[in-house]
Amino acid sequence: MSVLVDRDTRLCVSGITGREGSFHTLNNRAYGTNVVSGVTPGKGGQELEGIPVFDTFHEAVAASGANTAMVFVPPPFAADSILEAADAGIATIITITEGIPAHDELRVYTHLHRSPDVRLIGPNCPGVLSPGKANVGIIPASFFREGNIGVVSRSGTLTYQVGNELAQRGFGNSSIVGIGGDPVPGSSFVDVIKLFEADEQTELIVMSGEIGGDAEETAARYISEHVSKPVVAYIAGFTAPEGKTMGHAGAIVSGSKGTAKAKAEALEAAGVRVARTPTQVAEIAVDVLS
Amino acid sequence: MDLLEYQGKQLFARHGLPVPAGEPARSVDEAVAAANRIGYPCAIKAQVQIGGRGKLGGIKIANDEAAAREHAEAILGMDIKGLTVHEVWVEGASQIEAELYASFVFDRGAKAPLAMLSTRGGMDIEAVAAETPEAIATLHVDPLIGFQPFHGRRLAYEAGVDADLVRPIGAFLERLYRTFEAEEAMLVEVNPLIVTPERTLVALDAKVTLDGNSLYRHPENAELRDLSSENAQERMAAERGLTYVKLDGDIGILGNGAGLVMSTLDVVAQYGGKPANFLDTGGGASSETVKAAVEVIVWDPGVKAVLFNIFGGITRCDEVARGLIDAFAEIEPRVPFVVRLDGTNGEEGRALLANANLPNVHPATTMDEAAERVVGLAA
Repeated sequence: MSVLVDRDTRLCVSGITGREGSFHTLNNRAYGTNVVSGVTPGKGGQELEGIPVFDTFHEAVAASGANTAMVFVPPPFAADSILEAADAGIATIITITEGIPAHDELRVYTHLHRSPDVRLIGPNCPGVLSPGKANVGIIPASFFREGNIGVVSRSGTLTYQVGNELAQRGFGNSSIVGIGGDPVPGSSFVDVIKLFEADEQTELIVMSGEIGGDAEETAARYISEHVSKPVVAYIAGFTAPEGKTMGHAGAIVSGSKGTAKAKAEALEAAGVRVARTPTQVAEIAVDVLS
Repeated sequence: MDLLEYQGKQLFARHGLPVPAGEPARSVDEAVAAANRIGYPCAIKAQVQIGGRGKLGGIKIANDEAAAREHAEAILGMDIKGLTVHEVWVEGASQIEAELYASFVFDRGAKAPLAMLSTRGGMDIEAVAAETPEAIATLHVDPLIGFQPFHGRRLAYEAGVDADLVRPIGAFLERLYRTFEAEEAMLVEVNPLIVTPERTLVALDAKVTLDGNSLYRHPENAELRDLSSENAQERMAAERGLTYVKLDGDIGILGNGAGLVMSTLDVVAQYGGKPANFLDTGGGASSETVKAAVEVIVWDPGVKAVLFNIFGGITRCDEVARGLIDAFAEIEPRVPFVVRLDGTNGEEGRALLANANLPNVHPATTMDEAAERVVGLAA
């Protein structure tokens, strides 16, 4: 097992004919991901090295049986593409695009949240890798192998760093999920931790967070009440300067939350071991799993 | 992107929100001419993106032309918490009977716009929130439905506004929400929202933060960016497509991806070092970008050593190595560099660097080793 993407994934890529989109589509296919189709309005009927391209998601789903979407289109078109994929019945939508307007994300999130069958990962994330099964996104898969640690992270390159530290100690991963660092991520730490808790292959959950927002604090509460598997956390930004405040109203909303220290304390209070460096994540993993 | 007060008020005016008539001015003569057109008494207000300017002498009332000149001379060019005043806003002085607080903020945690209304405006609203949170009425708005009349009534009654103001406040909040939505703001805040002796509402201040990602849809807002409020180095970095934040230490830091850079700052601090900056090249940096980043980092005379921490995903280590080699050829940095290249094309990148044999460039294989090394070199 693994979460979100596996050998049953039938991937349709939105923006498949773009420079980045085509490059990563072929990379994902070379890894073994079953890429069944792509969507680019106006380019229906074309092919990308044998992968059929359609004008709409509805056509792509009907003709290729796609069940997962990867959205790779530029920010002005991304929200629309996500909504189209959901409307066409795609259950798992992984959005790599960075720079989507916050109000677009808010509308998309609110709409999708009302359909329990649809799950959005990202935007502004590196995607999902289930080593040995499927890679959807831009995670450099060669650094990871199959194993029993589930990783969920807000940051792309930090995911690679943490994953690499684990790999150097001989650990592999059930899945690596980048949830992205945008103001309104489609899926939260809690959503993904829930999947890892239910996944048989996953024996340890590693979550990598960073300053800002309160997703880590919310995860801490959830873990203390609902998670039986061990969780190791890493939080980046202990020495980062205070971010630009959003006026008084922003300070009122966030209160004292949002700092790395507050997040680490919330997680430790929930029984989660918090590493101070990426290297320490691996050291704790050794300790927990041995 | 934060707007200046008067930019926020002009935005409000476009959406039919009541603001005092006024004019911006960049010189003393301009300010006096504006005051004469507006009439006396009028307020001369420093335009800086920082709170508390009133207490520091940044807001003055002028009753005649001589006073207007005197105040404009005092305020233009003054320093408010490290920011120089380049511009003032001259507006008709308002008569105040009561001061309210109203705002909409993009609430990341709740994933919905949060509306707030209080009759305790004009003072430190954070203190009100901390000491008497019940004095601020709040509710979340469903972004797919928008702000409804009942939202306005609920906020007005819960905040305890005077009965004759319930309707006008509802109408004001509806327009304020429309502004928040149409301009794609992260924050629209009015403090104080004043009640005049004639019982009308006027937005006496405006704090607006816009979403930088949406500016392509709002070209007129994109032009409002206040470059003068940014640090010269930060501006230099922004022009090169880099995210740079100046810190007060002596170790220059470069990495790819915000999370990894933040983590690098932490690890350097754990080895006893003090980072001089945060610099994120973003994903897929070209050698040109890396060269520009080196320029930005070593432009800071306080930098004694530099750490490159790259874990390539989209970013290719050979491109990073080429950028560093080009930078050495062109700007000849005099400080030592510690370079850790891992991930995509890591071997090629490391080989390029080894062959270039750059003076004072030290390779490191892990993040910890790199941090320890650079701290030693900066000491």
